[in-house]
Amino acid sequence: MPVGADHQGDIIMPNMKMESIELSAWFGTKQALKDINISVKTNAVTAIIGPSGCGKSTFLRTLNRMHELVPGAKTTGQVLLDGKNIYAPEVDPVMVRRRVGMVFQKPNPFPTMSIYDNVAAGLKLTGARKGQDLDEIVRKSLQQATLWDEVKDDLKKPGTSISGGQQQRLCIARAIALQPEVILMDEPCSALDPIATSKIEELIVSLKSDYTVVIVTHNMQQAARVSDLTAFMYLGQLVEFGETTSVFENPKSELTEKYITGQFG
Amino acid sequence: MLCLLCVIIAIVPLLSILYEVIVRGAPEINLNFLAADGLHGGIGPAIQGSLILIGLTSLIGIPLGILSGVYLAEFGNNKYASWMRTINDILTEFPSIVVGITAYSIIVVGLIGTYSPFAGAIALSFMLIPIVARTTEESMKLVPNSVREASMALGAHRWRTILSVVVPSAKGGLITGTLLAVARVAGETAPILLTILGNSYFFQGFNQPMDALPLRIFLNSRMPQPEIQAQAWGASLVLILIVLTLNIGIRLASRSRSPR
Repeated sequence: MPVGADHQGDIIMPNMKMESIELSAWFGTKQALKDINISVKTNAVTAIIGPSGCGKSTFLRTLNRMHELVPGAKTTGQVLLDGKNIYAPEVDPVMVRRRVGMVFQKPNPFPTMSIYDNVAAGLKLTGARKGQDLDEIVRKSLQQATLWDEVKDDLKKPGTSISGGQQQRLCIARAIALQPEVILMDEPCSALDPIATSKIEELIVSLKSDYTVVIVTHNMQQAARVSDLTAFMYLGQLVEFGETTSVFENPKSELTEKYITGQFG
Repeated sequence: MLCLLCVIIAIVPLLSILYEVIVRGAPEINLNFLAADGLHGGIGPAIQGSLILIGLTSLIGIPLGILSGVYLAEFGNNKYASWMRTINDILTEFPSIVVGITAYSIIVVGLIGTYSPFAGAIALSFMLIPIVARTTEESMKLVPNSVREASMALGAHRWRTILSVVVPSAKGGLITGTLLAVARVAGETAPILLTILGNSYFFQGFNQPMDALPLRIFLNSRMPQPEIQAQAWGASLVLILIVLTLNIGIRLASRSRSPR
């Protein structure tokens, strides 16, 4: 079995949280991913970069089985989470999503819920709140998402009443309230202003002590700032994958070099 | 100017109907008229029957309509659903007298063997379900997909996502649409004509004929006596007031509801 790290060369990764093996994905008859092998290191930030339409978001959504919710979508290959294939027939996708949380491109707090209820939503919706102190979890999650000080007096206000950057941190708090093992972020700053972006970036770096983070971004500086490992994708294929510093400073592929120097994309 | 003219042309019939009904109906209305039974010159049984009928119809029609609408909105991406949608649209436009005759021949003659409030409620439900299903589908589809995805990505099951996230987000539209449909069906005459028959007495039981406002208006207006015809005008005013109150009340309530 070709393993991502070996396949790509000389990266040695002892602690792999997730791993995609010969992963392909389709929308109807259109193939969006072709044999992707990527290893996601534990307690590190892995960035996926590439031009629009290269399949980076699709790849992210295969990691928590959100891809298959699109009508006509199909996946082949494997994704290992702690060494176990999440696409095995006996695996319930719902259980995968509880372990692998997600933050979306546009902040999407539940419009009918208060700030407090948004954070507690995961626990309530999944019935996972048994015997837990909800107030405590909400406070801790908001603190970890560095939002607590800004909203602690407005917990009953609608989740959509705060600014876009705050909403995105609320969505991060909502994801971490469930104590996932991995957090996937799909261009989490693309709808935000520079100040909100830098807050989220700081947050991403601080999250990796507790979680494994995979972030898709079209912003190369962002990938360079926050990530430990970077994968460059192009036209549904993985072009290069390695330590962020080496990908940016010493890319092996000419295509990667062209992309990060801004010659296309 | 042309637009204003059109508005006036559209409003004139409505206002002239209202004027006629008020002028002819208002003198009829007093406590005895509203509360007494048919033998004592009142339309009490008709008001009571209409309320029973609205209640029964809502009980049967609203759950079925909403569930159909939820199915069409959330799982309606297949050919069965598109057939269902077509049939639903045809039912919405279906002549109500045909619904009445069908209910008469199947339920009154076939199943129960007697005129019954149930037969009337089932006939009215067939008018109500397609409208409720359609408005439910429309308001569920207005909920952005990102909200569904957010819930699914938290590891919520599909049914839980629909129940706890999508339906509450669509609540305003759901309530408004459903109550407007009920208000519309409350004024239907043809489906109940052949199923509850009419009655001068108050509610007699579920296997007996019952009265209702639209039916009472129809029956009384065909009588030769001017004082009974006048009762029909009074009953018309009561029916219009009930329907208008429902309509305006719902619109005001849904306007003050949280803006979505």
